[in-house]
Amino acid sequence: MKGFLQIHDPLKPKGSAVGIDLGTTNSLVAAVIQGKPACLSVDEGESKLLPSVVHYQPDGGVAVGQRAVAQLATHPTDTVKSVKRFMGKSLGDAETKKLGSYAFVEGSGVVRFKVAGGNPVTPIEVSGEILRALKRKAEAHFAGKVEQAVITVPAYFDDAQRQATKDAGRLAGLDVLRLLNEPTAAALAYGLDKGAQGLYAVYDLGGGTFDVSILELTDGVFQVKAVGGDSALGGDDFDRAIVERLLTQRGIGAPSSAQIAELLQLARAAKEGLTVATEATIHFEGQPFTVRREEFEQWIAPLLQKTGVAVRRALKDAQVTAADIKGVVLVGGSTRVPAVRRFVEQSFGKPPLADIDPDQVVALGAAVQADLLTNKDRQDEVLLLDVIPLSLGLETMGGIAEKVIPRNSSIPIAQGQLFTTFQDGQTAMDIHVVQGERELVADCRSLARFRLAGIPPMAAGMGRVEVRFAVDADGILSVSAKELTTGVVSSVTVKPTHGLTDEEIEQMLLDSIDHGEEDMARRLLAEQQVEAQRMLLDGHKQLQQNGDLLSNEERGVFVTKLEALEALARTTKDHHLLKQAIVAMDDIAKPFVERIMNRAIATAAVGHRVEDF
Amino acid sequence: MTAAPTSSLVAPQQALPQGKPGTKGIQLDESAVVRLKVLLAERNTPLAGLRIAVKGGGCSGLAYHMEWTEQPKERDKIFERDGVRVFVDPKSYLYLMGTELVYVEELLASGFRLRNPNEKASCGCGDSFTV
Repeated sequence: MKGFLQIHDPLKPKGSAVGIDLGTTNSLVAAVIQGKPACLSVDEGESKLLPSVVHYQPDGGVAVGQRAVAQLATHPTDTVKSVKRFMGKSLGDAETKKLGSYAFVEGSGVVRFKVAGGNPVTPIEVSGEILRALKRKAEAHFAGKVEQAVITVPAYFDDAQRQATKDAGRLAGLDVLRLLNEPTAAALAYGLDKGAQGLYAVYDLGGGTFDVSILELTDGVFQVKAVGGDSALGGDDFDRAIVERLLTQRGIGAPSSAQIAELLQLARAAKEGLTVATEATIHFEGQPFTVRREEFEQWIAPLLQKTGVAVRRALKDAQVTAADIKGVVLVGGSTRVPAVRRFVEQSFGKPPLADIDPDQVVALGAAVQADLLTNKDRQDEVLLLDVIPLSLGLETMGGIAEKVIPRNSSIPIAQGQLFTTFQDGQTAMDIHVVQGERELVADCRSLARFRLAGIPPMAAGMGRVEVRFAVDADGILSVSAKELTTGVVSSVTVKPTHGLTDEEIEQMLLDSIDHGEEDMARRLLAEQQVEAQRMLLDGHKQLQQNGDLLSNEERGVFVTKLEALEALARTTKDHHLLKQAIVAMDDIAKPFVERIMNRAIATAAVGHRVEDF
Repeated sequence: MTAAPTSSLVAPQQALPQGKPGTKGIQLDESAVVRLKVLLAERNTPLAGLRIAVKGGGCSGLAYHMEWTEQPKERDKIFERDGVRVFVDPKSYLYLMGTELVYVEELLASGFRLRNPNEKASCGCGDSFTV
């Protein structure tokens, strides 16, 4: 039985929506409270950072955060950290086994960790525990339900990794409103989407990873132009640089793992101290070790240079220069180090944006987005952001609009369609991207035109071009055309809803309904006209090449019929009539075609004996 | 020169449109008006209206959403019958043209339904559909 519709009452309080930064090292949850985004306390000591560590107890219990970190040394296989690196990966992936000393369930397919207290767990389940812990903390904060969330993911995450993240959210009982790219979240936290259009960079130096992203802002929507980075470079390396110097100075050649653990903790404190002070002292095994800021900066200089290489590569990939970048956003706790800030400033030639806590900025941006997606006052703006309001397609012969992505498709979506060349020796194809429901291009909205050149000359119909339409989560359309024999590619990117008001969309839809029948007739006619044209081209070509196969009388009839078809195709508005003429022409041509075929076979057969066939 | 779909091999033929959807606007069936009046009275907000909207999501692609609204927004389309008002934002209206709101009383249950001529498929949950 079909259910009934419920009437919701906005006066009754509804669950809050949160933004979640599901990080490799730490995770955070934030929400917009009284108009301002703020991170919520999620761990011991009112900490806003929840270490992304999950410990499985023999009794089936699960601990997340600091309580799990405390178990790392004693129960390494039952305590999973950096699970983000496993998301969407299979055991077969080369990288996977190198990460940590876990007991994996052997076999193909998804990674599964053998842990205490029950069945093996997948990375999705581990991440689900982290999300559940964050959800619980948020619910405690609001004293109410939290069921909707925007979760951030690295810009380079592929579909499998994104899907895994969504699944983890669902497992934690969260309705994942959207996955948001981390650099985009950081930019949103600074409100850059309300500022000037242009290019922005996000420099994200975390504990163990470095990412740089180049974003382009158009019409209030960010698009990732290029990403780069180093998955094994971060603030932890700064700590190691200090530890190495101390070990050398003390002449400790083979430190125990306990010594290293203690030293790393001390070095981290010293590094943090050097953010404000010009020197910091470590007391290790009863003796002081003093680090001056200039020394420290020399030690980490090679590491910063490494990030510089990634920055330059990302700029190059985006085909821009540092001077084109309007603003740089700092993300990650390690960007608190003054030398890092100076390095970023030098690299981009402008001081970076650093007012917002770099540990929190991604979560805060996610909270802004979650608020935007759920806030009643703003709901109109985003209500239908997730579907395509008007069909997207391209112009084919005869001015027909061929729809590639139908209206109401939910985004993101990608669709491909194969087209062929129309004429012999055609070396280029004009791709005209249109929007609308009408059958003919003249009645649709033109979005973009581009040309795919470099098609090798071939007989008509032999050149095959794959046209691919992709609309991303922000509604941006990319159209690419690829000739399959040579692989030449050409593409264009547009925002289909740019400059289109709701009223205009409505009018376009109403028009398509009002003109539905008439449009269809025009389309059918245009199709027959194209068919007639194809036949005429071919007929004249064959007359020229194989005309000698026809008697003078036959030739006269053939030419007359071709001319009649040509005239009809030009004048008639009746597609039935034109179709009949085409079928009739086909019948007349049949004997001629047979003779041409026989000649072709005879030519091909020269020099072969019958047995060869 | 323009892209030409091969007639037989590739470009799939577009399905013919399913005829014209009927009327424009949103119709309020008398059954719905009667029930809405009762609910508005229970809520102590006789002047409030019912917002009908369409959102992305749901198992068939789009989902209906209904909620009480005290005041229409600037660009809302307003439909009224016997003093009961329905508000529809312009985007949602694109998907709701010609829809009729009815209140159905069945043997075991009763509730509201939208009869939407634009709907091509709907799903069991009742608030999700495809046009």
